[in-house]
Formats: sequence, C-alpha cells, structure tokens
Amino acid sequence: MTNQHRYLPTTDQDRKEMLETIGVSSIKDLFSDIPESTRATKDKAIDLEDALSEQALTRYMKELAAKNTTTESHAYFLGAGVYDHYSPSIVNHVLLRSEFMTAYTPYQPEASQGELQALFEFQTMMCELTGMDVANSSLYDGFTSLGEACNLATSATKKQNVLYSKALHPQAKEVIHTYAYGMEYSVKEVGLNGTRTDMDELKSAIDEDTAAVIIQYPNFFGTIEDLKEIKSLLEDTKGILIVMANPLALALLEAPGKLGADIVVGDTQPFGIPMSFGGPHCGYFAVKKKYMRKVPSRIVGQTTDKDGKRGFVMTLQTREQHIRREKATSNMSSNQALLALGTSVFLAAVGKVGLQEMAQQNLNHAHYVKKELADKGLTVLSDNDFFNEFVVKLDRPFNEVTDQLLDHHIVGGFDVSEALNEEHAMLLCVTEKRTKEEMDQLVSLLAGEGK
Amino acid sequence: MTAVYNDLLFEISRPGRKGYSLPESSVEKTALTDVLPEHLIREEAAELPELSELQVMRHYTGLSNKNFGIETGFYPLGSCTMKYNPKVNEDIARYSGFAQIHPFQPAKTAQGALELMYRLEENLKEVTGMDAISLQPAAGAQGEWAGLLIFKAYHEANGEGEQRRKILVPDSAHGTNPASAVVAGYDVVEIKSNEQGRVGIDALKAAVGPDTAGLMLTNPNTLGLFEVDIVEIAEIVHEAGGLLYYDGANANAILGKSTPGEMGFDVVHLNLHKSFSTPHGGGGPGSGPIGVKDYLKAFMPSPRIEKEGDTYRVTTDHPQSIGRVKGYFGNFGVNVRAYAYIRSMGAEGLQQVSEDAVLHANYLKARLEPYYDTPYSSHCKHEFVLSGVRQKKLGVRTLDIAKRLLDYGFYAPTVYFPLIVEECLMIEPTETEAKEQLDAFADAMIEIAEDAEKNPDTVTGAPFTKAVKRLDEVTAARKPVVTYQRS
Repeated sequence: MTNQHRYLPTTDQDRKEMLETIGVSSIKDLFSDIPESTRATKDKAIDLEDALSEQALTRYMKELAAKNTTTESHAYFLGAGVYDHYSPSIVNHVLLRSEFMTAYTPYQPEASQGELQALFEFQTMMCELTGMDVANSSLYDGFTSLGEACNLATSATKKQNVLYSKALHPQAKEVIHTYAYGMEYSVKEVGLNGTRTDMDELKSAIDEDTAAVIIQYPNFFGTIEDLKEIKSLLEDTKGILIVMANPLALALLEAPGKLGADIVVGDTQPFGIPMSFGGPHCGYFAVKKKYMRKVPSRIVGQTTDKDGKRGFVMTLQTREQHIRREKATSNMSSNQALLALGTSVFLAAVGKVGLQEMAQQNLNHAHYVKKELADKGLTVLSDNDFFNEFVVKLDRPFNEVTDQLLDHHIVGGFDVSEALNEEHAMLLCVTEKRTKEEMDQLVSLLAGEGK
Repeated sequence: MTAVYNDLLFEISRPGRKGYSLPESSVEKTALTDVLPEHLIREEAAELPELSELQVMRHYTGLSNKNFGIETGFYPLGSCTMKYNPKVNEDIARYSGFAQIHPFQPAKTAQGALELMYRLEENLKEVTGMDAISLQPAAGAQGEWAGLLIFKAYHEANGEGEQRRKILVPDSAHGTNPASAVVAGYDVVEIKSNEQGRVGIDALKAAVGPDTAGLMLTNPNTLGLFEVDIVEIAEIVHEAGGLLYYDGANANAILGKSTPGEMGFDVVHLNLHKSFSTPHGGGGPGSGPIGVKDYLKAFMPSPRIEKEGDTYRVTTDHPQSIGRVKGYFGNFGVNVRAYAYIRSMGAEGLQQVSEDAVLHANYLKARLEPYYDTPYSSHCKHEFVLSGVRQKKLGVRTLDIAKRLLDYGFYAPTVYFPLIVEECLMIEPTETEAKEQLDAFADAMIEIAEDAEKNPDTVTGAPFTKAVKRLDEVTAARKPVVTYQRS
C-alpha cells in the first residue's frame, strides 16, 4: 500500500485501473525510457528530511520565522529601496482569492477577464502616476525593469553607452551591469555633487554615443533630482532619459513624463506589498507611445467580443518570446501579476486624495526627524529637497549605533559612508508608519542622549 | 450569466470617497514649496479612483468571479504544471517573521530567513544533483539568462569567449530559451527534432563545433518525451567544448527518478511555481533558482548564503561572479512556500508526485488516442501532445476546441505549442487531480471530438458560458487601447 499523502488523491485502486487502460503492468514501465545510468539506483534517489504533517510543518516554520526581527517588534528607519508602509487589510484579502492567486498567465482571455481587467486598471494607474502613455502589466522588480529599459534604450537608439548617476541604488547598478554584460554595451557612472548627480560631470559625459541617462527620482540618498535640467542636457542628442521613480513620491512630485522622461521604471513595493526580505515585489515599466512596440513582457489591451461587449486581452504579443522566440524584445515570460493586482487594490483603496495624504505624511515625518537631528547638532548631509529619506552623519561608528538602536527595538538606516566618502553616514527613512514617540526616541539615541 | 459585473474602477469612482484611514500625525507639516522648486511639484494629481472599502472589495470580488484558477477547476495547461497550491503555505509566507522583514536589516537579525534559504538550497541540490544553488533568479526565464551568462563567463575564463558564440536550441524548446540566449548576447542555432520527437543525434553532431557555447534542453521535452539519448547528447556537446543547460519547466516528471546532474547537465533552473507548488498569481511571481556543477560555482550570481558554525551570512566577495540578476535575495516569499512544500512532501512524496503525474498523463493520453491524432506514440512523461488535424479537416480548429473546453468548466490546454506539431494541444494533468476529474475531462474532449463531426457550430462558436464571448484580438493589436480612455 502506498502511503496516501494529503495533497495526492490517487489511490492504489485508481492506479491499478489507470495502468490497465494504458496497457502496462506497472508504473516502472512508464519510466523505462530513463537511461539506466541516470536513474536512481538507491531506494531514494534523493535524500531529504522526512515529510512533515501540517501541524509539524507550521510549528517548524514558526520557529524559523521567530529567529527574525520584524516590524511587529521593531520600528524600522531603514528604507533604501524597500519600505515599511501601511497596507490596507483588503489588499491581502483580495490576493488570497484563489481565482487570482492560482491562475496562470491569462492565455485564454474569455476565462481570465478578472485578471486582465485588473491589469488593465494597473497599467492605467501607473500611466497616471508617471505621466506616461503606455505601461506594461509588471516585471520582476524595479531593478530588472531598469535593466530592461537599458536594453530598450540601446536597441531603440542604436547607441552603445548608458550613463547612470552614482546616486542610483547600488543593487540597481549591479543589475544593469549584468544586463550590459549580456547584451554587450557599456555602462558608465557619473559622480556626485553632495548627495545629487554632478551636473557638470554629466554634461561632459553625454556625447553622440549616449543611449540613455539613468536618474533615480528621488535618488538613492533621498534627494530629488531636477529632471528638467537633466533632460535639457540630452536635447541635441539621440540619448533618452530613463527615470527610476519611487511611485509613492510621485503623489507629490511632478510626473517624470511631464519633465521629459522617455521611460519610467521602478517598484510598486511601497504600495501595500510586504517587504518579504526583498521579494516578491513588483517592477513597473512605462514609456512614451513611440516605444510601445518595444516594451518587454505582457501588455493588456481593451477590445470587444463578438457581441460587441467590452473585454480585455493580452495584446501586441508579437513583441514576446512565446511568439517571436529569438526576435522578441525580451525573454520575460512570468511577471509579477499578483503583486500588480495588490498594487491596484492598494491604489483603489487609498485613492486620489489618500495617496497625497500618505506621501505628505512621509514628507512631514522625514523633515521633522531631520530638523530635530540638526537641532541636536548632528550634521545632515542632504539638502532640504528630499522626500522620505535623507543622510545624517553619525558621531560614532555605524555598527555601534546600529547595535544600540537594536537594543531599543529600532532598526536603523542604511550605511552610505563608502558611497558618499564620508565617515559614519546613515541613510534614514521615515515613513507614515513611524509614530512621534519612535521618531523622538531615534533622535535622542542618535544624538547620544540614550546611553 | 445575466448579471456579470462589468465596471472599471474609474467608472464607479466619485470625488470625496475613500477606503483607507491613516493615523493622526502630530508632527508639523512641511510645505512642498519650502523644499522644492515649483517645476518639480506635482501640478495635476494622478487620477486615481475614489471608492469606499466595500466598493473596492466588491469590485475585485466581481472580477475574481470572472477568473479561473486551480481551485475553480481542472487546469491542464501543458508545461505549466498547474498543481494544487497548498493553503498552509500561504499562511506560512505571511508569518511576520518572513513577510515583515527587510533585506538590509543586519544578518544577525535575519538568521531564520538566511537559514531557510540555506536549507532550501541544500534540498534543491539534492533534487537536481547539482553542487550549488542560487535562489536569486525571479523566474525560469531569468534563470535561463543567468545560466547562459555563466556559460559566457566560463568560456571567457577559458579564453574561449570570442570563439564560442552559439547556443543550440531544439525546435521544440520553450520560446524563452532562444529569447534568453539573445539577451545573454548569443546567436541561436535551432536543432530539428527527429521523427520520434527528440533531439536528432545527427542534427546535433552537424551543429556542434568550436563555436558552440552550449545546448539548452528541456527533459522531458515539451512533447512530454524523455530524451532517451541524453547521455550521448551530453557527451557530444561536452566533447565539442560546450556546456549543457537544463530547462527545469518539466521537472515534475523526474523528481526522485533521475536528476539533471546525473544526466550530465552543467547548469539547471527549476520553476518553483511549477514543480514546487507555489501559486502562479495570474502570471507571477515565480521563482527560478539555478543550480551549477562545482566547476561553475565561481561564476554564480552574487551574493550567496554561507554557513559558518551555526551562523548564516551573506557573502559578496565573488570576483568571477556574473553579478547580480535581481534585487536582494530573489523572490524570497515564493521560496518560503516552496521550502514548506518540500518539507511537506519529503523524498518519497516527491517521487510519488512524479509517478502520479506521469501515470495521469499516460492515462489521459490512452483515453484520448482513439479520438485525436497523437503524433508520438511512445509513452509520455508528465504531459503529452495531441494534434487537432483530424478536426481541422472538419472545419474545427484547435483554438475552437480550447474555447469549447471552457464551457465544460475546464481551463484549456496549452495550444499551438510546441510549434512543430500542427494544431497542437499540449496537456498536463498533474498529480493533484483525482481520477474522476481526469475522466470528466476525457469525456468532454471525446464529446467535443464527436461534436466536431456532428455539431461543429457548438465548438466553433464557443465559449457560450463565460463572461464574454470570443474576443477580437486582432483589433486589439492593430488599434491598441492599453489604458482607460476618459470620455
């Protein structure tokens, strides 16, 4: 008798009947095509721990989870690309609906209208926020979206050099270097002036071989770059402007599309998606109309059925690998559709006014902490044009401060000492979730009052 | 089906409604005009919807009712392994110790997460027969790309980077294979399948040479057939100086039966959202970890997780690495679910998974063989292909058969793929479907085959019972409307 597993419905009797229909005497006959030398020779080809019951599994996984410090016990002032934000409860409830969660890519649109419409709404909202014409229905994350943007830029301009600011997220830099290694173009860093891109250096770096300039908005150090000025440097060239934007900040900041961006990418993690140790999050990818047919991955379009009723389908599929194979605009197949759905639920709940309120609270909180720290005599390395992140210079070694904060149930900021060539430089993030008590405690500890 | 919900968020929005609440903030307000020049301050608010909480919930419930998931019904989508996604794994991934942790928090405060990743890597090494695993790739296609960049780095390290510029891909391969080769900077050479639906040894021998970087192979292949000559294939490619890449999309057929490592592959990816039960989410997120043999370890994506005594740490000092392919640690939340699945199954359970998946596919194939053309007669692994050529002669296309299945309460198989089979239907039943379900599907397929002869209109006009009828995809592509147009 086979041990019946809770996920497997087939019984020994079923197996017997099926084998009879197939016309073989045992399961082994169905595996006889696997060459002897590559086949399992032992009882178990693979050696794994014994199977756990559901109860044993949850007990064990809880033990593992309990070894991690979480936002339930600690106040996080750590951002640097991943943020601890408010997420309305309904986001999770919608994601748990199995009709969304357990569906595949909507290859049969007539049976996938819910997903397709939700992604169409997602595309619309991303275009609204970024000021762009066309958005796809998500990519793996913000950094891979940026890599895809570099591939698009070099292919569209037929130029081989991509310039990026040193004020770009360090992992985004790593990812675009990998993309460039693949497609064999060059990427070059432009230095800093304080916590922002050095305009003089950027100006002299741009030349006729420039495919694109990448600017983060706000940049990695929290500072809001002047996209209009940067776009003007590209005026007489074929080079295009790629902006990687925090979509929450776009509730307050002018839309990149209005300031000259050709491609806007980023991650919608701030919109209700759990930090989850860095993934799964949700890359977005938006372009001006002229690049529509070069966009990677799935795009949903509106159409009608044969009775004239509105419906939605995946469209412009001749860009994609499952149709075009080696001639596709990208190799992307899976995306992050479920998180795009989560993003939409978040935006639908928070809405037009709510998103501005939430962004304004981030601005208020971060500027409050900055002002308090400055009042206590600490040096703030950022100018005042920041959103919810800024850099402060600590008066003690970084790790010493981090450990002290942990003792007080605070997770401190990200170490940017090397990036800024400053001693003990901490990138702090203050979201709407932080209370005044938490902020005041942080200030007092950083100012050395809590020892 | 009279009252189908059909509104867009933007159509039910009214100014002034809201579906959220933020806490009162007691700190003073910062005026944007005090910190930013005017041209960087948003002039027009983004037109996002304004709705109450119930309206939002009802909207998405309405949409979900127009969507088909695994719990709605049988989902025989070939090469996609639409097996049951255990509910408890959703609970686990939502534990705050997994969901509410930051990738940059100090490693000493994330030991549980790092331990989980380390243990999952160990398990996947065992399952694949490889020597090291990276969990960073977000999906199969990204795993392919990372794997091919490893090929590239390896050949460069051997001074053969300039010389080896070609990736061989069988004509039955997933579309991602050639597409991934291109974004890794390679030229693609297609290998024709032989009459048995497998890689032709002669065609392969003719294609390999000093310019070969490697071969990408799915085994069992997309026709559901095991590449019986795999040992010889590996020898031919290796002797020519190339490497072998295993596309793990079809790994559900071989768990505990064989490993890509034993077959001779050098780099492997697995789709954790296929064989390892994590939900597909309507297109993602997935997770596509890669595994490599010892001699390729140095080129793997960075960072890596290492164990020292009882402590887990993140290491970044890998000078020969291809670098980073994705942010942070990959799709960690997906990896949590996959690990929970492996721990729920154990080695015996995984082996049973493959046995039942293969049994189910062969059973369905046997039941359908009298009614549809089966281009390849040998036993299949976890999936098989039918050809709708017989029905096409009656004026009924494979697309019609797919649409008609929707009316029976099933999702459709993968259609028109692989490209080498005319009017192809690719069927993968998975191990988690009960025999009654398989029989119901077979009965429906048989009835459709009969209708193709007697009542073709019931097939060509399908679907009749869904929220919409057959959609006009041609106009959608010719005149794209990809955002809501306000009137």
